[in-house]
Amino acid sequence: MEKPRLIREDGLRHDGRRPDELRPVRISIGVLNKASGSALVEYGGTKVLAAVHGPREISQRHILLPDRAIIRCRYHMLSFSTHERKSPAPSRREIELSKVVRESLEPVVISEVFPRTAIDVFVEVINADGGTRTAAVTAASLALADAGIPMRDLVVAIAVGKVSGTLVLDIDEAEDMYGEADMPVAVAPSIGLITLLQLNGVLSREEFSEALKLALKGASQIYEKSREALRDRYMKVKVEE
Amino acid sequence: MQSQEAQRILVVPGEVVVEGDYKILTPSYVIRIDRKYIATIVGLAQIDNESKEIGVIPLEGCYIPQLEDIVIGYVVDAGLTSWELDIRAPFTATLYAVDFLGRPINPAREDLSKYLASGDTVLAKVEVFDRNRGPVVTTKGKGLGKIVRGTIVEISPVKVARVIGRKGSMHQLLASETGCEVTVARNGRILISCPNRELEDILVMAILKIEREAHIPGLTDRVKEFIIREKVRRGLIGGETKTD
Repeated sequence: MEKPRLIREDGLRHDGRRPDELRPVRISIGVLNKASGSALVEYGGTKVLAAVHGPREISQRHILLPDRAIIRCRYHMLSFSTHERKSPAPSRREIELSKVVRESLEPVVISEVFPRTAIDVFVEVINADGGTRTAAVTAASLALADAGIPMRDLVVAIAVGKVSGTLVLDIDEAEDMYGEADMPVAVAPSIGLITLLQLNGVLSREEFSEALKLALKGASQIYEKSREALRDRYMKVKVEE
Repeated sequence: MQSQEAQRILVVPGEVVVEGDYKILTPSYVIRIDRKYIATIVGLAQIDNESKEIGVIPLEGCYIPQLEDIVIGYVVDAGLTSWELDIRAPFTATLYAVDFLGRPINPAREDLSKYLASGDTVLAKVEVFDRNRGPVVTTKGKGLGKIVRGTIVEISPVKVARVIGRKGSMHQLLASETGCEVTVARNGRILISCPNRELEDILVMAILKIEREAHIPGLTDRVKEFIIREKVRRGLIGGETKTD
């Protein structure tokens, strides 16, 4: 694939978005009935399903913690989620992202309520179009909320990238592949906590603070959508007359 | 009652419920950061500005055992001197044979599955539970023991309070309107035994309606109306049904 023109002459991006514009975000909660909680999150073409089981008893006694619950996380991409078939075996990247997603959730989950148990978070990437780890974090935190696990705040994540010298919000696959930098950020907005900050590529100090501002702006938009989605489940229940 | 219910607001994790100085009634569901009170769960927040109290009733969540709770457990395993029960909590509960049978047993001579086998249902009370060990239940008490007849309806454990109602009002309503025996266990399992199939159907539908509409005010009246309407529709009592 040849490098596409990422920033057009009119200043818009290759898919017609403004630099500070998100892809359309769609969120559905409680989509699975066997799991304690679940959420389906879409950032444009990226589609991620998260399911939470637990808190439940741990069969491997040596990993339990006497004072709180442990969180176990699996991030996985389905074979058909990418252009070329992805082997279903967990890759190095997936093992790392499992850890990244878990660590971005741990600061907000009040795990002391459930000592000696495990909270299992499963994340499946159904369709990958850039920003799967950020969609995964958002989906996982919503699934936790749906499971009724106490959390200090919801975590929402979004990536900022630099393409052709311009900082852009919510980068997709093409921008990730041909861009100069990619910076995923996970935020718990109400309590003012950044739980994940990665940077792949090079940004100057000024660019970094600008990028962080942009990420926080995008995160607050997704945060509002997330809260709306959680509320809608109850607001939309009709009283049968 | 109506005015109290109207003060409930739907909250999600991270939502600032109120600012100021309040007493927290539900410690795991509300946290305080500076002067802000933040909900940690999807639920209904109740703020009492007079007594300065704040609490959140969860709408999602699993069952956490508490002492003296009445629970319905399914036997998952019979051990040498005790049974393991599934009570829908993060832990399985233990029921000691000494407690259930009321006499010591000799594991060499007796097999516990003779008394309670895997899959049997037991109505029990939580006797011991703390952060260090799993729950232990007892069947000593009125009406407790193996369940041999009736139907079990499962609902979300966090909605149990609504099926019981204020001072048991909803529970009484369900029992008196349908003439069924209703035992509400704290872990979201409800044992019902009814005089006939039609009343049972109505009761199950009413319970599921409570679960679905638990967060909408005016529930008791709606359920009462629903039961009467269903009874009329099935010709169990006289009256006219409204057509839509």
